[in-house]
Amino acid sequence: MMKNNLEPQLLKNGETVDLGLVESLGYDEFSRCLLAEVKAGGRVAALFGVPGVEKDDDLELYALIARDRHANLAVYRTEVGASFPSLTLSCPQIHLFEREIAEQYGVTPTDHPWLKPLRFHRVWQGQTDVWGRPLDTHPRPGDMEFYWIDGEGVHEVAVGPVHAGIIEPGHFRFQCYGEKVMHLEISLGYQHRGIEPMLLAGPHPFTMAQMETIAGDTTIGHGLAYCQVIEALSGCVVSDRAQAIRAMALELERLANHVGDIGALAGDIGFLPTASFCGRLRGDYLNLSAALCGSRFGRGLVRPGGVLFDLDAILAGGILTRIDEIEGNTLGALNLFFDEPSVLGRLEGTGRVSRSVAEDLGLVGVAAKACGVPRDSRFFHTTGVYSRLFDELVVEETGDAMARAHVRFREAVVSIDLLRRIGTNLPAGPVKAPVGPLQSNALAVSLVEGWRGEVVHVGITDAGGRLRRYKIVDPSFHNWSGLAMALRDEQISDFPLCNKSFGLSYCGFDL
Amino acid sequence: MLRVISERFQQGFRTGKFPLEEPTLPPRFRGLPRFDGECPSGCRACEQLCPFGACTVWEGKMVMDLGRCLFCADCPACPQGRIAFGNDYRLAVRGRHDLLYSGAAYPLAEPLEPARLKLFGRSLKLRQVSAGGCNACEADCNVLGTLVFDLGRFGIQFVASPRHADGILLTGPVTENMRSAVLDTYEAVPGPKVVIAVGACGINGGPFGLSPETNQGLGTLLPVDLYIPGCPPHPYTILDGLLRLLGKR
Repeated sequence: MMKNNLEPQLLKNGETVDLGLVESLGYDEFSRCLLAEVKAGGRVAALFGVPGVEKDDDLELYALIARDRHANLAVYRTEVGASFPSLTLSCPQIHLFEREIAEQYGVTPTDHPWLKPLRFHRVWQGQTDVWGRPLDTHPRPGDMEFYWIDGEGVHEVAVGPVHAGIIEPGHFRFQCYGEKVMHLEISLGYQHRGIEPMLLAGPHPFTMAQMETIAGDTTIGHGLAYCQVIEALSGCVVSDRAQAIRAMALELERLANHVGDIGALAGDIGFLPTASFCGRLRGDYLNLSAALCGSRFGRGLVRPGGVLFDLDAILAGGILTRIDEIEGNTLGALNLFFDEPSVLGRLEGTGRVSRSVAEDLGLVGVAAKACGVPRDSRFFHTTGVYSRLFDELVVEETGDAMARAHVRFREAVVSIDLLRRIGTNLPAGPVKAPVGPLQSNALAVSLVEGWRGEVVHVGITDAGGRLRRYKIVDPSFHNWSGLAMALRDEQISDFPLCNKSFGLSYCGFDL
Repeated sequence: MLRVISERFQQGFRTGKFPLEEPTLPPRFRGLPRFDGECPSGCRACEQLCPFGACTVWEGKMVMDLGRCLFCADCPACPQGRIAFGNDYRLAVRGRHDLLYSGAAYPLAEPLEPARLKLFGRSLKLRQVSAGGCNACEADCNVLGTLVFDLGRFGIQFVASPRHADGILLTGPVTENMRSAVLDTYEAVPGPKVVIAVGACGINGGPFGLSPETNQGLGTLLPVDLYIPGCPPHPYTILDGLLRLLGKR
C-alpha cells in the first residue's frame, strides 16, 4: 500500500506559498490525501481548477484543506485530463466544487452522483461541455434534470427565479407529498456576473469595486478577504490601527445583518414588534458604517494596505456612544422575541439539520455553529486584533431554526462587546501602507469570518506577478445544501422560515 | 402583551420627518460631485483613469456620467484632484442624458406626465426585480418599508406579483441568466406602467458593465422613466426620486 503524502505545504491565514514548493501529486495520491485530511478533521475550504501555463497543458486542481485545530491550511495539487474520478461519494462536502470544475473547464468528475450545472454559463475554455450543451449559445438557466419523485399524491412545486419579496432570484423545486416536503432542489446561477474570469491578469483598476459587490451585504467581508490576498502576495504589512478599524467594520456588518435577520424572521413568524424594531435598528448599525466611511455598506473603507478612512478620537467616541444608545433597544427587541412562546413554538424543531449532516456537507458560519459544529475563522484562523480580543465562540446544539436565530443573537452581543474593546483602545499609527508588486508564481489564501460565515479567497500569480487564477468561496456556497436538507420532512409552509434562518446569499454563490 | 407595550414605549417613535425636514447624513457621505477649478487645457486624463468610463471631456469641461459613477471613496479619475463628492443626496433624474453632469444645475426628476400621474400619483405599486444585484440596492429598497421611512404613507408599496403592480423597479446589471425573466416580468405588468432603474448596475452595469455575462443594465432593454444613481443609492436618494416622480417634492 502506498503511503499517503501527509506532509504538504502548510500556510496560515493570510500567508503565501511559492508554487514551486507545492508538489504535484498523482490523482490517486491527491485523492487519498484529501480523504485522509477530511477523516482527520480537516475541511475542504476550496477546491478549484487552474489552467496550465501553456495552452495545451492539462488542467490542474488545487485543494486547500483547513486544519482548524492547527490554525493552518494544507495545499494539495494534481493534474487531470478530460476526466477524473469523483470523490463526492466518499466526501460529500466537495460535491459542488466538482460540479463547478466540470462547468468551468469541461472536465468530467466520473461517477459524480449529482452532476448538474451550477451557474449556467458557457465553458471557460476548451471545446467540451460536460452536458453536451451547444457551445455557441448561452446556456438557459435552470435547464437541467431536476430530481423528480413520482407516485399517487406526489406533486411538484416550482418557485422562482423572481420571488415575492425584494430578494435576489433563484429557483426552488419542491417534491411534496401533501404538505410534506420530501425533497427540495435549489438551482441558482441567475445572479452570475462572471466575476472570477474578470480577475484574470489582474488586479485591474475595477477589481476592488467588484470585490466589494461579490455580495453587497458582505462588502467588508469580501473586500477584506481580497485585500488580505493582495497584501500576502505583495508582502505588505498592515498597521495595527488599520487592522482594528477593519475589525470594527466587520463587526458592524455582522451586527447590522444579524439584527436585521432576526427582524426578518420575526416578520415571517408574524411577531411584528420585533420585526419593526429590528428593521430600524439594522439601519442604525448601517448608519454607523456610514459614519465611518460614508457608505452604509462599508464601500470604500477597506483597501489593499489598510483602510481609506481614519477613526479619530471624536468619531470613535461618537460611534461608541451611539452603540451604548442602541444596545439597550437591540437587547430589548431581541429578548422580547426570544421570550415569546408563540415565537419559540414556530422556531423550535423547525428545519433541523443534524451535526453529522452539517459536518458531511462542510457547513460553515451561523448554519454550522447552530448544529454544534464550531466553525469561526476569527477563532481558528485568527488575524489582527482578533488574536488578542476574540475568545467567545458561539455554538448551539439543536440545529433548528431556533438555534440559527439564537446564534445570531449571541453573536450580536459578542460583537457589541468587541466593538467597545477595540474602539476604546485603538492603537496609534498610520492606517495605510504602500502595496508593492505581487510575488510571482505564488499562491496566497485568506479567510475572513463574514457575518454568514467563512469567506475564502485564493489568489495564484503567474511569472509576471499578475493573477493567473482567483478563487472565491462565499459561505453560501456550502450552506445552500444545508437549507435543502433542512427542508426534508418539513411542511412547504415552513420554507420561508427555514430560508430566513439560513439567510444565504444568491450573488455570493453565483459570483 | 404588557411587555410588548412597555418595549414599544422604550423603543420610541422612530419615523423620520422626511420630506418635511431634510435628513441628516454623515459628513463622509458621498453625494452629488463638485468640480473645483478648471480642467487644464487639453487634459483628458480622466477618460482613461475612471475604471468605469464615467468621465469624458467635452469642450474643455469634464462631464461626469452619474449613471456610471460608483462614487468611489478613492476616485482615481482626476489627477488634478478636481472631483469631490458633496453631501447632496438628491440624484434621481428622468432621462439618461440628465445624468451627464458638468457642475451646472442638476436636472432633478420631474413628475410623470399628467395621464400617468393621475393614475399613479396617489397609489403606486411596484414589483422589484433583482437581476444580478449584489443585495445592497435591494436592501436599501427594502429598508424603505421600515418604520423609519414608512413608504406606505406616500401611497407607494412593493407588491408580490407583477400582476398587482403599476411598474417595475430594477436593480442589478441584468445578467444574461435574468434577461428573459426581467422582460417577462415587465410584460406581465398591465399597462400603462413605469420602469425605474436603481443603482449604477441597473443603469449601466456598474462594476460589471464589462462582463460578457451582463447586459449593461436596463440600457436598451426597456424604456426607463426614472434613474436613481449610486452604488448603492442612499435610501433617501431612492425615496426622494420616487416622490419626485409622483410630484410630491
